[in-house]
Amino acid sequence: MIIPGNDRRWEMDMKITVSGEVKEVKDGLTLPELIEQENVETPEYVTVSINEEFVESAAKESTVLKDGDVVEFLYFMGGGR
Amino acid sequence: MALSDEQLERYSRHIILKEVGAKGQKKLLNAKVLIIGAGGLGAPAAMYLAAAGVGTIGIADADEVDLSNLQRQIIHATADVGKAKVLSAKETMNAMNPDVEVKTYRMFVDSSNIRELVRDYDFIIDGTDNFPAKFLINDACVLEGKPFSHAGIIRFKGQLMTYVPGQGPCYRCVFKNPPPKDAVPTCKQAGVIGAMGGVIGSLQAMEAVKYIIGVGDLLTGYLLTYDALKMEFHKVKLPADTHNCAVCGDHPTILEPIDYEQKICEDK
Repeated sequence: MIIPGNDRRWEMDMKITVSGEVKEVKDGLTLPELIEQENVETPEYVTVSINEEFVESAAKESTVLKDGDVVEFLYFMGGGR
Repeated sequence: MALSDEQLERYSRHIILKEVGAKGQKKLLNAKVLIIGAGGLGAPAAMYLAAAGVGTIGIADADEVDLSNLQRQIIHATADVGKAKVLSAKETMNAMNPDVEVKTYRMFVDSSNIRELVRDYDFIIDGTDNFPAKFLINDACVLEGKPFSHAGIIRFKGQLMTYVPGQGPCYRCVFKNPPPKDAVPTCKQAGVIGAMGGVIGSLQAMEAVKYIIGVGDLLTGYLLTYDALKMEFHKVKLPADTHNCAVCGDHPTILEPIDYEQKICEDK
């Protein structure tokens, strides 16, 4: 019998891919937590995609990551001349 | 028209490539590419396209050459300081290859002139240094049905993507709207390593050449990022869903290019 709380499997890490790199992160990691961990610069102006779908700005705060998610941060880069 | 003996010699390293051949070289000689911004990105892009024999190259920039440009804008020389960038760029391109007709546009691009400007060209290269210009070019190219290469560089990083009508997301699909002025640092504020323009601007020229010849896979549907310090390229597959985009989506709300508040910034 599996008793939640006693079973270590409930605390197991999950694997996600961030900017092409596989990372082990805690279960239930939220997108804002990941943004902090990754030291994302000017996060309010970064476009995020998860599994090749854009995360709408309004949904950024409430997004919880799942095992196997592929996360990309797309940065504004304005220079050129 | 047949290639002259001189052209056969000049472009021999192209012609020997099975993907190019005399046929591909003629396509290049008949092609028209517009480069907006004669700076860090535009300089190497213009030089490689001129060397490649792209028959008509338009170059748009309102500025004069400044001493602080020369660290990266390799189309200009020390003696060009103070000269209009488009003239300096034209002189360099003409000296490299007399086959190329260089058209100069010494002006700021804005909503009043951008559509007419891009209309005459087969492919557009965004070599600008600010977000209002990048969105302006994107929207004008979408509205005119023109393919273009977006790029941006800052510090030790660069990015680019290619838009071809109907073949994937546009710049606005990914980035929605320009960030507020000064919210995201510019090269002038943050600096940029000179060779970054060479890396990314050359990749833009490569995309233009591939598009014109019609070979290989373009960076449509992808954003390629380059981190020089980590020495890593990363090709990000972009979401394919363009339906909700304000300019290229199913129900566009942007029907004309927009002049955002922040004007072309000085990079002096």
